[in-house]
Amino acid sequence: MSTTTIHEIEAPDSAAKALLAGQLAADQGHFQPMEDLVGEKMILNMGPSHPATHGVLRVVLEMDGEVISKATPDVGFLHRGDEKIAENMQYNQFVPYTDRLDYLAPLANNVAYALAVEKLMGWELPARGKAIRVLCCEIARISAHLLGLGAFAMDVGAMTVFLYTFTQREYIYNLCEQLTGARFTTSYTRVGGQIRDLPEGFVGALAKFCDQFLPALEEVDKLLTRNKIFLDRCKDVGIISREQAIAWGLSGPNLRGSGVDHDLRKAVPYLDYELYDFEVPVGEHGDSFDRYLVRMEEMRQSVHILRQVIKTLPDGPINVVDAKNRLPGKEKVLMKMEELIHHFILVTEGLDAPAGEVYFAAENPKGELGFYINSRGGGVPYRLKIRSPSFVNLSILPEILPGHLMSDVVAVLGSLDFVMGECDR
Amino acid sequence: MALVVRRPQLKWWEKIYLPVIAKGLVITMRHFIRTLTGRTKVTMQYPEEKWNDQLPEHYRGAPALVTDEQDRERCVACQLCEFICPPRAITIIPEEIPSEDKWAKVEKRPRAFNIDMIRCIYCGLCEEVCPEQAIFLRKDYAITGESRAEMVHDKARLYEIGGRRVGLVNKWNDLK
Repeated sequence: MSTTTIHEIEAPDSAAKALLAGQLAADQGHFQPMEDLVGEKMILNMGPSHPATHGVLRVVLEMDGEVISKATPDVGFLHRGDEKIAENMQYNQFVPYTDRLDYLAPLANNVAYALAVEKLMGWELPARGKAIRVLCCEIARISAHLLGLGAFAMDVGAMTVFLYTFTQREYIYNLCEQLTGARFTTSYTRVGGQIRDLPEGFVGALAKFCDQFLPALEEVDKLLTRNKIFLDRCKDVGIISREQAIAWGLSGPNLRGSGVDHDLRKAVPYLDYELYDFEVPVGEHGDSFDRYLVRMEEMRQSVHILRQVIKTLPDGPINVVDAKNRLPGKEKVLMKMEELIHHFILVTEGLDAPAGEVYFAAENPKGELGFYINSRGGGVPYRLKIRSPSFVNLSILPEILPGHLMSDVVAVLGSLDFVMGECDR
Repeated sequence: MALVVRRPQLKWWEKIYLPVIAKGLVITMRHFIRTLTGRTKVTMQYPEEKWNDQLPEHYRGAPALVTDEQDRERCVACQLCEFICPPRAITIIPEEIPSEDKWAKVEKRPRAFNIDMIRCIYCGLCEEVCPEQAIFLRKDYAITGESRAEMVHDKARLYEIGGRRVGLVNKWNDLK
């Protein structure tokens, strides 16, 4: 793809052609009308360092005047070979790498990955462990949607919203820090559990956050939802029909914005999501504005879920009990020979995973994040494929961008809410 | 079943936009005044202000080695942390403790213990797998250096950062 575009870029532009035509006309002694030059297409590179591309997406746009006639996304600038790295790592060693997939919601990635490996191992977490993971997922969802929303609003010209959503994100990071010991790269889960239980005072801090978050969200709602400029920029822009959304494999808020009622938390409940009462918001028109509305509503639903989890948080163990495949625990390792030997074996050889293949997909903020693990037994996967929602969601760009104006591209990209760390992985 | 999000129908005064500008300004001015009077405080004046007192006990900052009450280096050079480290930031060269040493019964200690802080991702796996409680992630988040060589923390530097930790399990001496 890039070879043809480079060729096209090197072709003389309209001005040079006009000059050439003028010279030609002067040589031949007659005037050549400019109308012949109408219809000249221009190739415009958007990205990879354009602020509206949220990272390093390059979109090669073929412009007919100000109207896009062809759009080709060019991904891969952030490729790190995570899938290959996973083949040379034990299951638990790969957890920090999942932080860096969708780096706006690392907690949710940790959970999705851990659940995938646990499916391979045939483990099921105790109730408290599951509830903690639900907390993680929903905190991550709010955090990711806040950034998506703030960046989207800033791209279409509403700067203030970005500042307010980032203030809220800062509070979420404080919570993450209390919970995991790191603000950004959480690495919270391990196969079969979490690194630690909820710290003291965490639930109270979370409840306090929820209480002050809803008014803040209403404020953002006031600034945007009935804002004529925002409406004009987003309404009927980037319409994805129901059929298109399904055909291109969209997932997450982008799919639901097109009116498809599909949420993995409802469709294939994991982590006991069926215990919690929440609604799945869907759009009617499938345009950028509907995707925005769906995200706003999802944040409210997430707060609703968080409050239910806080209220019903069960007591008890948080980790799977499997003496063979879980680290024995520091106090035993320090004082007992058998456990020390077992600890060494487990760390150096990894889990004793059965041979087989599993696919597990979780409803992440950006959509369906799936892990396909092909195991031939032992502590290292033979192949680990990451089905990243951003990659799939971006594939629809050539379908929806043509016919739009140049300035609509940022509204479409902002509303698709992708993250390149996950897309390129 | 599913909740259909409704888009707003704008009223005439919202369509002419001017009253809405005033409404937006009210919101931003309210934030402005709240910040000015100190009712909401979001920005931290780093580095004059520090986050240190807010850090949780298990904060994952720079990894460091620790000694025990009798100044014995806790690390026995088992190299588990070197093995598990996802970005391969740790390099250990073990050596034998000479028999005339007070701690000869421990048998092994690191001759060199280097952590490349440019590679370290602060994941905490080294602390998790250490069977001797010798390596800990400290509450230091501002690790700077003027050269790449300076960013490789060697054994002396790691012990300097880590210092002495009391109250851990001492399985090699009679203190336990």
